[in-house]
Amino acid sequence: MKNFDTDVAVVGAGLIGSATALALRQRGVAVVMLERDLGGSRASGVNFGGVRRQGRSPAQLHLAARAHPIWADLKAKIGIDGEYVRSGHIKLARSQADLTALAAYAARVADFDLGLEILEGRAFRERYPCFGPEIIGGSFCPGDGQANPRLVAAAYAQAARQAGCEVIERCPVTGITREGDGFLLRCGDAVAVRARRLVNAAGAWGAGIAAALGDDIPMRFDYPTILVTEPLPPIVSVNIGIEGGGFYGRQVERGNLVMGGGFGVASGDGASRPDSGALARIGGRAAAILPATRHARVIRIWAGIEGYTADKNPFIGESANVPGLFHAFGFSGGGFQIAPAVGEVLCELICEGRSSTPVEAFRPDRFQQQSAEPGRTP
Amino acid sequence: MSGRPSPEIRPVVVGAGPAGIRAAEALVAAGLRPVVLDEGERAGGQIYRQPPAAFSRSRKALYGFEAGKAERLHATFAALRAHIDYRPRTLVWNAVPGELHVMGDAGPATVPFSHLVLATGATDRIYPFKGWTLPGVFSMGGAQIALKAQGCTIGETVALVGTGPLLYLVAYQYTKAGARIAVILDSARFTDQIAGAPAMLRQPATLAKGLYYVAWLKARGIMIVNGAIPMAAEGTERVERLVWRTPAGEGRVACDAIALGYGLRAETQIADLLGCRFSYSAAEHESLPASDATGRTSVAGVYIGGDGAGILGADAAEAAGTRAALALCEDAGLGVDGAATGALEARVGRWRGFRAGIRRAFPEPVAADFALADDVILCRCEEITVGALRAACREDGVDELNRLKALTRIGMGRCQGRMCGPAARALLAHHSGRSPGDVGRLRGQAPIKPMPLAPMPLVFDEAKP
Amino acid sequence: MRRAVDQDRPSISFFINGQRFTGKLGDTVLTAVLTQAGHLRTSEFEHQPRAGFCLMGACQDCWVVTEAGPAVRACSTLLEDGMAFVIEGLPGT
Ligand SMILES: Cc1cc2nc3c(=O)[nH]c(=O)nc-3n(C[C@H](O)[C@H](O)[C@H](O)COP(=O)(O)OP(=O)(O)OC[C@H]3O[C@@H](n4cnc5c(N)ncnc54)[C@H](O)[C@@H]3O)c2cc1C
Ligand SMILES: Cc1cc2nc3c(=O)[nH]c(=O)nc-3n(C[C@H](O)[C@H](O)[C@H](O)COP(=O)(O)OP(=O)(O)OC[C@H]3O[C@@H](n4cnc5c(N)ncnc54)[C@H](O)[C@@H]3O)c2cc1C
Ligand code: FES
Repeated sequence: MKNFDTDVAVVGAGLIGSATALALRQRGVAVVMLERDLGGSRASGVNFGGVRRQGRSPAQLHLAARAHPIWADLKAKIGIDGEYVRSGHIKLARSQADLTALAAYAARVADFDLGLEILEGRAFRERYPCFGPEIIGGSFCPGDGQANPRLVAAAYAQAARQAGCEVIERCPVTGITREGDGFLLRCGDAVAVRARRLVNAAGAWGAGIAAALGDDIPMRFDYPTILVTEPLPPIVSVNIGIEGGGFYGRQVERGNLVMGGGFGVASGDGASRPDSGALARIGGRAAAILPATRHARVIRIWAGIEGYTADKNPFIGESANVPGLFHAFGFSGGGFQIAPAVGEVLCELICEGRSSTPVEAFRPDRFQQQSAEPGRTP
Repeated sequence: MSGRPSPEIRPVVVGAGPAGIRAAEALVAAGLRPVVLDEGERAGGQIYRQPPAAFSRSRKALYGFEAGKAERLHATFAALRAHIDYRPRTLVWNAVPGELHVMGDAGPATVPFSHLVLATGATDRIYPFKGWTLPGVFSMGGAQIALKAQGCTIGETVALVGTGPLLYLVAYQYTKAGARIAVILDSARFTDQIAGAPAMLRQPATLAKGLYYVAWLKARGIMIVNGAIPMAAEGTERVERLVWRTPAGEGRVACDAIALGYGLRAETQIADLLGCRFSYSAAEHESLPASDATGRTSVAGVYIGGDGAGILGADAAEAAGTRAALALCEDAGLGVDGAATGALEARVGRWRGFRAGIRRAFPEPVAADFALADDVILCRCEEITVGALRAACREDGVDELNRLKALTRIGMGRCQGRMCGPAARALLAHHSGRSPGDVGRLRGQAPIKPMPLAPMPLVFDEAKP
Repeated sequence: MRRAVDQDRPSISFFINGQRFTGKLGDTVLTAVLTQAGHLRTSEFEHQPRAGFCLMGACQDCWVVTEAGPAVRACSTLLEDGMAFVIEGLPGT
């Protein structure tokens, strides 16, 4: 049995856990991070790689705005640029109603400086000859982009380690108990960690960790599905989404088209797989949206595991019931872009008890206390 | 108990090679009507591959010593046709519990199963070397297929590189077809071959055939170099020269084609997708679906036989295919003759002993044997170099194959690691100081082979998730 | 690739970059092309010529683009009369 005694224990070495650990280490806080598999091998490493603000709720845009400059300077933070490119993000419209919805969104988030541009008609076709006839326009966000999650997630975990965080991989937390004001975490008989504060960054498994400490937080699992084609000649550089959802895609520099849409299924024991219709569904949509891909071949398909909340916003903040326990999970398919900011915010919450970025909307107990008193802004 | 098969039993066999055909035969004998899926044009699998109909060579010309067996297997299959649902040119590209996803002439389809026999065979085991992506370099199996299925040799002057009995068989077949053999480079040393002989005596006829080929080649003055490691295939547009190294020094020879292969590796993706447990076989240097002597895997209703369960050769494949099908029958409550199953298991067991001898005679070259320069392409799909792999081991401390994949793209390309996987694993083990069994394995992923993005009409369906 | 035995089969024609070639009934696309040209495709990243490798549908290094758009896996696709391929780096492109 290996024993550790530390200020903060982090469960989960995905992007959220790693970004938090890294920020804490940069303030000199002692951190031990426990990861069941390999750091960054779950949602953080297998996601679509969309680094996008457009489409997020105003509540999340504060976090997104804070993350935005970190992406541009990722190399300074984690040692690699993670293939991040500011390619822009376009949300496509198939109908006038879609365009109206996109314009309404642009108006709603006007304060956030996203630079959204609604395109339609000839201007749209001329700028984007790649899109099929069913697509009639879209909303373009020039500052959004894309990155390679495989590289970014692994590098974040590695950066936390290099900053002095004890990262213990292949180490599932099997038991958590309160010990005085702190916590005792056990990974079978192999590792025991005593910590004054605990960060629950267990991703889709976050609600389970919360429940182990008596926090009942509603969350459901889902399994977003991704397809990758063989390398293709350049077709499109902008990161693509579509109003109403159902498809997202991007062509990486090497030529592969990475795309997703819809959800797979659980396949037992923390694993997931695409549903039977995934290829026909996503491939069919891709070919309709980007006709130049219609003869392409798909070489990889997978489904990741993600935790979803009722309002699609994550849980971020200290537990109302268990002081010293900080939750950060339930990112509902959108945690990649904001993760660098979430790490900094958690660090602030832990070290200072408040964050310079508003995160009130993400209170972990928001579904228990629908009538939460409005005075508790951070 | 012996009963009538219930209509709930929907057996499916993947692979129409020796193992799959014998499995289908046993299922039909038990009163079942299996679906038999195979990606190939015609039944027969690898060794008894049938050329397209336009060819006219006799079986004797095609299969040599094995002509009788080929004839019997093809005849069995012809007789089965009316009793099975045979779907050639049908790729199984994905598998989920109870269901195979296939791509055939009529497009994508789903094939439900209650019981599944996997008889997916093997492909060449490759270790790359400098220049192996040049036109003119083919796999050893590929060289044989060119001749068997197309009446072609891969060149006029051919060098054969690797190890294993196929090296000598191909040299023999090629010489008879009028090609010139520039050299046979066998990484096995002569002493290895002596060491393997006792175990190989378990199949004296097969051993004798092997010795016959070697003697035949030597009698014709064909150069055989033992303990040799290929250094480079050189040439600008295509192969012009092969350079190698032995403890005694360097050698080189002009050639216009090279066949490369170090034995075979099992095709195991479907078992992987179905969640079968795998274990690393130190003897075979690969991770294989765990199966018992009956062919049962760790997943109920999924059976495996033939080279796809671990390389044992064609005769063993026939026996193992029958045995796996009988296991299915047992589990489905159909009567099975206990003496027959015991005899089949014994037959496969004898081949296991022979195989151990082959492994000793033609051992897997170890990573340290290869003076692979950093600029050698390891993954031909994504064009990833040995240097990139080494850098990941060195700089990122990678010691696990899927992490290596995440960081370097090894195994992510079109072939899913079929070509680079064994070498990547050996190199990773070497550089991380772990054993090959401990560095993990590249997991099979859908699609098992590339799938068209849009085999269906191009519409954005209205179903929004 | 060199024709050796069993080559007495009817001729069929096909096209590479618009130029007419003759193959034989029963040829795979790979055989038909490589008995008369040096390669099947150009690799995506290093732009090197490639001419297949495994001949058994495993390596995926033999995909050839057709004029109609879809690509075919040359080693496991039988040549049909009139097939037309586009191959970078061969005459006609
Ligand atoms: C397919 C897919 C596509 C997506 N696309 C995008 C996108 O384009 N843009 C975007 O912004 N977001 C996207 N997301 C969402 C984003 O990936 C996630 O929100 C984000 O990665 C969550 O990070 P995490 O660290 O919380 O989760 P994870 O990366 O899942 O990390 C949680 C970690 O906790 C570990 N863990 C769990 N239980 C235990 C335990 N008991 N003991 C020890 N360790 C444990 C897990 O092994 C895991 O590594 C996508 C998600 C998926 C699945
Ligand atoms: C190129 C080659 C040449 C060989 N030559 C010889 C030889 O000369 N002498 C010798 O003793 N041994 C030879 N072997 C070994 C010999 O092939 C095997 O021992 C024997 O054929 C194994 O039989 P099998 O039924 O297990 O598999 P195979 O004969 O390989 O049959 C497997 C079948 O499964 C099909 N299949 C696999 N995956 C899928 C899928 N996903 N979807 C649909 N169909 C699928 C394949 O198309 C194939 O027809 C050779 C092997 C190879 C690869
Ligand atoms: S040559 Fe390998 S797939 Fe065709």
